[in-house]
Amino acid sequence: MLGPNGAGKSTTIEVLEGFRGRSAGRVSVLGVDPALAGSAWRGRVGVVLQSWRDHGKWRVRELLAYLASCYASPWDVDSLVAAVGLEAQAGQKIRTLSGGQRRRLDVAIGVVGRPELLFLDEPTVGFDPEARREFHELVRGLEGTTVLLTTHDLHEAEALADRIVVLDRGRVIADGTAAELARVIVGEDEVRWTVGGERHVEATADSTRFAFDLFRRFGDEVSELEVRRASLEDTYLALVRQAEEVA
Amino acid sequence: MNGVALRAGWRRGVVELRQSFTNGADLWGHFFWPLLMVGVTFYLRDKDFGGFRLGALVLPSVLGMNASMAMVSMSQQLTADREDGTLLRAKATPHGVPAYLLGKIISVSGGLVAELAIFLVPAAVLVPGLAIGAGSWPTLVWVLGLGLAAALPLGAVLGSVFTSSRSQGLLTLPILGLIGISGIFYPVTALPEWVQGLAQVFPVYWTGLGTRSALLPDGAVVVEIGESWRHLETAGVLAAWAVVGLLVAPVVLRRMARRESGSSVAERRERAMRRVG
Repeated sequence: MLGPNGAGKSTTIEVLEGFRGRSAGRVSVLGVDPALAGSAWRGRVGVVLQSWRDHGKWRVRELLAYLASCYASPWDVDSLVAAVGLEAQAGQKIRTLSGGQRRRLDVAIGVVGRPELLFLDEPTVGFDPEARREFHELVRGLEGTTVLLTTHDLHEAEALADRIVVLDRGRVIADGTAAELARVIVGEDEVRWTVGGERHVEATADSTRFAFDLFRRFGDEVSELEVRRASLEDTYLALVRQAEEVA
Repeated sequence: MNGVALRAGWRRGVVELRQSFTNGADLWGHFFWPLLMVGVTFYLRDKDFGGFRLGALVLPSVLGMNASMAMVSMSQQLTADREDGTLLRAKATPHGVPAYLLGKIISVSGGLVAELAIFLVPAAVLVPGLAIGAGSWPTLVWVLGLGLAAALPLGAVLGSVFTSSRSQGLLTLPILGLIGISGIFYPVTALPEWVQGLAQVFPVYWTGLGTRSALLPDGAVVVEIGESWRHLETAGVLAAWAVVGLLVAPVVLRRMARRESGSSVAERRERAMRRVG
């Protein structure tokens, strides 16, 4: 779920998590209304919280083992600790972990119950590029779990998502794969060329076809051909600017 | 509460209790007040009050007061856990909230029992004038047990009402006032009658009376209201507080837990950061 700050991402995800009541409409997550869901539903979804200092006195393995005991078929705690790369810190108190380690623990907590669906709300805010890449590897490695992730970072969405939903002021304005979005919301490529000493510019949805036609018509008279592909990034940035102007 | 929640809650309580006895700050908390109170009762051991030794009167009262003060630790921990996201974590886990509460009850009562022992054992040796016999223990157990049952739900309600650790500070003054009028450090019969009436509304006075009845010689009853240990009234008042607490606490706690979300925790985090920064 991609969108600029203030687009309503956190509100939406909190409604889906069952942590916040909806003001109107219907919500269904795994076939259940989260506002009315009980422990059985809770056991099927995982939530990665932006942690602060909770459970600081607990040790990493101790907390995961405790949480695992609340689920019907949890991960084996030791293999989970290994999967998130915290073996060396397993016996360490949580408050002594570094920011990156703490974040990996948050992910481990989110998946300890082998959820069918995992919620991640702005998981990489404040990360350096190295930590971000590590985190992306970790999320890609989650098999058998559907991940719903919110971000305002287009590259993160492109790197991780099979499907992107763009949210703007509480409304879905685009929905599809990264390639589909580029086609649907991005609009047209820009083609520049020179024929007989004269510069031309034209916007077109299918720049490859356009260039081919150009050569068919003018042959080798065409020079200085430039095709500027419309990028998802341009469109997204325009969208963010628009949202910020309104705000 | 089902089997999973009971087992998880028990596990949580044991872990928290162990943690509180293996780190410096908590250990200090467990030992400081009880040992300070040992010092106070020792200092008062020879002070005379109507033919009785004040130290001996104060010792059991402090024991009873401590049981009521479990209310304060419960309330503080609940507020702190809400502030730092522990409770939200519990909410995100199946059976997490009941397990969290059970764990909290176990760790707070366990810590309290330890503190009572840390106080009682040296104080009973150092302060003369007690009458500890075979009959003392059953009385002590039911009074402290009932006192705890009255205090913990009340603490949970207070913890739900106060939304930040700082606002918890508002509790300190009324609590100290309550201790002052409840006949803990000075017999209640030495106070004006309207104060006595007020004191008898709250559990602190009754747990103190109950523990005095367990540990003092029978003759000490003459410094009490009506010259009676009033076991029936003690049980009645404490049980009433417990019942009211147990009826109100789940409602208030559910309401509090319902309002927890990532953004409410983030908001508090920001507020707390501003305070520090």
